[in-house]
This record gives sequence, structure tokens and C-alpha cells, in this order.
Amino acid sequence: MGYRGKLITLSIIAIGLVALYLTIGANGNWDYVLPRRGYKIAAIVLTGATIAFSTMVFQTITNNRILTPSIIGLDSLYLLIQTFIIFTFGSLSVVMINKHLNFAVSIGFMVIFAWLLFKLLFNREGRNIYFLLLVGLVFGTLFGSLTTFMQVLIDPNEFLMVQNRMFASFNNVNTDLFWTSVMLVIIIFIYSYRYIKYLDILSLGKEHAVNLGVNYDQVVKRLLIVIAILVAIATALVGPITFLGLLVANVAHEFMKTYQHKYLIAGAVLISIVALVGGQLIVERIFAFSTPLSVIINFVGGVYFLYLLLRETKKW
Amino acid sequence: MVEVMNVSKQYQSKKVVDNVSVKIRKGTITSFIGPNGAGKSTLLSIVSRLIAKDQGEVKIDDVDISKTKSDELAKKVSILKQSNNITIRLTIRDLVSFGRFPYSQGRLTKEDKKYIDEAISYMELEDIQDKFLDQLSGGQRQRAHIAMVIAQDTEYILLDEPLNNLDMKHSVQIMKVLRRMVDELGKTIVIVLHDINFASCYSDFIVALKDGKIVREGPAQEIITNSVLKEIYDMDIPINCVGDKKICVYFT
Repeated sequence: MGYRGKLITLSIIAIGLVALYLTIGANGNWDYVLPRRGYKIAAIVLTGATIAFSTMVFQTITNNRILTPSIIGLDSLYLLIQTFIIFTFGSLSVVMINKHLNFAVSIGFMVIFAWLLFKLLFNREGRNIYFLLLVGLVFGTLFGSLTTFMQVLIDPNEFLMVQNRMFASFNNVNTDLFWTSVMLVIIIFIYSYRYIKYLDILSLGKEHAVNLGVNYDQVVKRLLIVIAILVAIATALVGPITFLGLLVANVAHEFMKTYQHKYLIAGAVLISIVALVGGQLIVERIFAFSTPLSVIINFVGGVYFLYLLLRETKKW
Repeated sequence: MVEVMNVSKQYQSKKVVDNVSVKIRKGTITSFIGPNGAGKSTLLSIVSRLIAKDQGEVKIDDVDISKTKSDELAKKVSILKQSNNITIRLTIRDLVSFGRFPYSQGRLTKEDKKYIDEAISYMELEDIQDKFLDQLSGGQRQRAHIAMVIAQDTEYILLDEPLNNLDMKHSVQIMKVLRRMVDELGKTIVIVLHDINFASCYSDFIVALKDGKIVREGPAQEIITNSVLKEIYDMDIPINCVGDKKICVYFT
């Protein structure tokens, strides 16, 4: 099967799952069912695409297939922001009630944090990308500790509000935020389109990239900012969800068997949608909302990934 | 012509390259020799913009490289470093195709494919061009990397210890190919070598570095002398003539 064949197969599976999700058990209540499920499925597709794209790019930049953007502490920062707002202003404050404001504040802080990290990385020579990861990791742990500290101090009722934000959930996607996110993601995808051709070269490593005329520092810096914004959007929309990226990026590599990022990214996006929609179907129809989506995706995806690794003993 | 003018580079307090000026003539093989830590690789990396210099100027064909766009420079000068650990899975042909990126930006034209075929046949890799890099021996992999540099079709080619980890046969094969590239295609090659006998037999000019400074430079035959080598390596090396080549016996 060629690359196109594989992508078409994935697309058919994804569209089939989406159609199944929209129609299953509707009992003719289309006016009620379709808009509700439609927004949910659109949010799933949006976050799936966002996470798949950002993880794929992140792994290429770092030349490392076991990393996800969560390592630079963006997820932890999101939780810290939410906890801090509830801790200082309370769950009924305007920053908590006004979703747009909350969204803007979360994304703003995450992007500023990412930008500061990159400043630290690129202002001095000899600092490599692993230094950035190390600093990010340390900050992530710090944010995590601060969050826990505040969580044990606040009122238990307020803690429930925090807890709501701690897990990825598609069950109450805010429709206002949804359209803002769609706009932002589309703008970013258009912006990063011209960088896709550099990704193949970046996967050869820094020295080859510079030799082949890629303006390495500039391209990497811009792509990292793009990753930060995308992760921030996905996290603010549905909660911490970068766990998905590690799995879909690796399954995409194993499934597509190419180094060409135009196929890899398309494959990862589709696999991500299949995993999320399939997972959500299982959560809703089989487990009746009793199990978090992440558990199902990690279980099913993990098993599939092990199967891929065991079937092909040779190194990829 | 590559002109290096008063270039310095220091890490913390150690000057790795110390006020070096050198000119590299077109259409020649110039070898950089010297003991470990002499600054040969650093100098090569500075010339190819992989490392930023602290002071000085590097001009390639009278144009300052720090004022040239990186993608334009990639059509003029190429570099191959000694460690090439590529983490993705590529065939030889894929790798060589990457050499056309400065021209094609990822969309290979017919002309690009012609260059790729030529580069592969130049390095005699046709039979194994669809093999993956991780299935190759060290010599084959090194040849594949050089084929990529050939496909990049730059006037200036900088090679950092290309003979590292290669056996005698492959070392000779690669040096012969480099010689042919200079003689037949008119390329200019700068190469960092550890084996002074390869430098003696294949290069036109030798630049000897020590402690970040140039100790000697000149035509190969003038550098390969007992007194000069003593200055560079602190070793008393007898030199024998075999045929018309000067061979240094540095083993005992």
C-alpha cells in the first residue's frame, strides 16, 4: 500500500467513526442530537489535529521520538494558572466565569512562558535544545508542586472546580471558545505550512540542516512558538491532553514508514482523530462515561504500539 | 577562493582558534593537519557557518559569509562533519536526494534527479542505492554521505575527517574520488586529516595547525619534512620516498 493508499484508508476509518458517533442511538431526535454531538466531534477533530501536529514537529526538532511538548511544562503551567485563579480569586471570580477571559489568560501565560524559555535558549551560544528541555522539565515540576500546594489549601468545594480542569474532557466543550480556537488553529496551520518542507531536513540533525541552507535557529524558534500556541489552545479547550501525542506520533511513524513529513503529519492527524473519536465512542457507549478517555486511548494505543514493535523486530 | 581573516574563537577562557588567517586556492585539495585540539575542526565549522566566530571575517569568492543568506551559501559551500548519526530511516537514494534541497526546496525536478543519479554513480553506489543506511557498513555509509555532498553540487566542499573509522581500501577509494572531483569537476576541497601520509599523497596544499594557530602552510611537499613535522607534532619522524611520494614513518 502506498502512502496515499494508507492515508485514504485512515480517512475512511476516521469519517466512518465520525458518522457512527453522530448517528448512533439518535432515535430520530436530530434537532437535539446533531448540534450537540457536532460541536463535540468538531472539538475532538480540532484537538486531535493540533496535538498530532505539535507532537510530530516537536519530536522532529528534538530528534527524539519519546518526547512530547508536555515536557517543557505547558500542561503543568495550565493547571497552575487555573489553580492560582481559584486560589486567589475564588471559583466565582470573573476570570473563572468568563470563559473567553480565562482562555486568553491561559494561552497568554503559556505562550509567554514558552517565549521566555526560548529566549533563554537562543540568547547564548552553545545552549542546545536539551538544555531547553531540562529547564522546561524543572519548571514543569515546580509548577506541579505549586499547584499541589495550593490545591491542599483551598476549600474542598473549590477543589472540585480545579479537579474539573485537571482531566481532558470533551463532554462540555464551550461553543464560544470553540470558534475562537478554530480561527486560531487555522491561522497557525497556514503560517506553519511553509515550514513543513524544512521538517524533513531538520530530522537529519542540526549540522545537516545548516549545511543544506536552513536558517536553523530561526526556523526552530518559530516552530517551537507554533507548538506552544497549539498546545495552549488544545489544553485550554479540553484540558491536558498531550498524552495523546506520544502515541499517535509513534504509531504514525510505524504505520506510514516514511521520513516525509507531509505524509507523517497527515497520518498522525488522522490516527489521532481515529483514536479520539473511537475512544470517545467506547467511553460513552460501553463504559457509560465511567472511565476517562485517556485510559482507553492509552490502553488500546499502547497495545497496538506493542504489536507493531513485536511484529517488526527490526529497528526503524 | 576562501579567505579566512584574523578569525578567533574561544570557549570560556580557552582560545580554540587564535587569530587565524589563511587563503584557500580554487581547484585544489587543501588539508588541515595537526594534533588533537589544534582547532582544525572548529576552523572548518567556522568557514561553513556551523559555528559562529568571535572575531574576524570569512570571505568566499569575495563575499562575507555572515552577510550571505544561508540558503544561497548552501549552493556554494557544503560541509560533512565527522559524526553523522542520523536517527531517521533513510535509503541511500533518499539521503543523496537531500543534497538537492538548496535548489529544489523539497520538490525534485528532472534535473535534480539527474544530479542524484550522477552522484550515486560517482560514488559507485548504484547497486545498493535502495538499501537503508542502518544496513550499511561504515565505508558504504561514508560514501553515501559524500554522494550527498556531491549532489549538493557546491564549488567548495569541506570534509571533517572523512576517513574516520574506514579501512585502508575505503580510505584510498575516498581519497581517489576526492582527487578526481578536483581534477575532473574543478571542485575545491578542504579536508581535515589525521593521517599525514594521506595528506602527503593526495593534497596540493597543507595547513598545519597547533594550539589554535597556524604553524606552517604551503605546498604539500614543503610541509612534509622532518623539521616541520617536529614543530607540529613534537615527534622525530623519518621520511622516506616511495616512488614520487613522501611517506612518513611515525609508528615507532
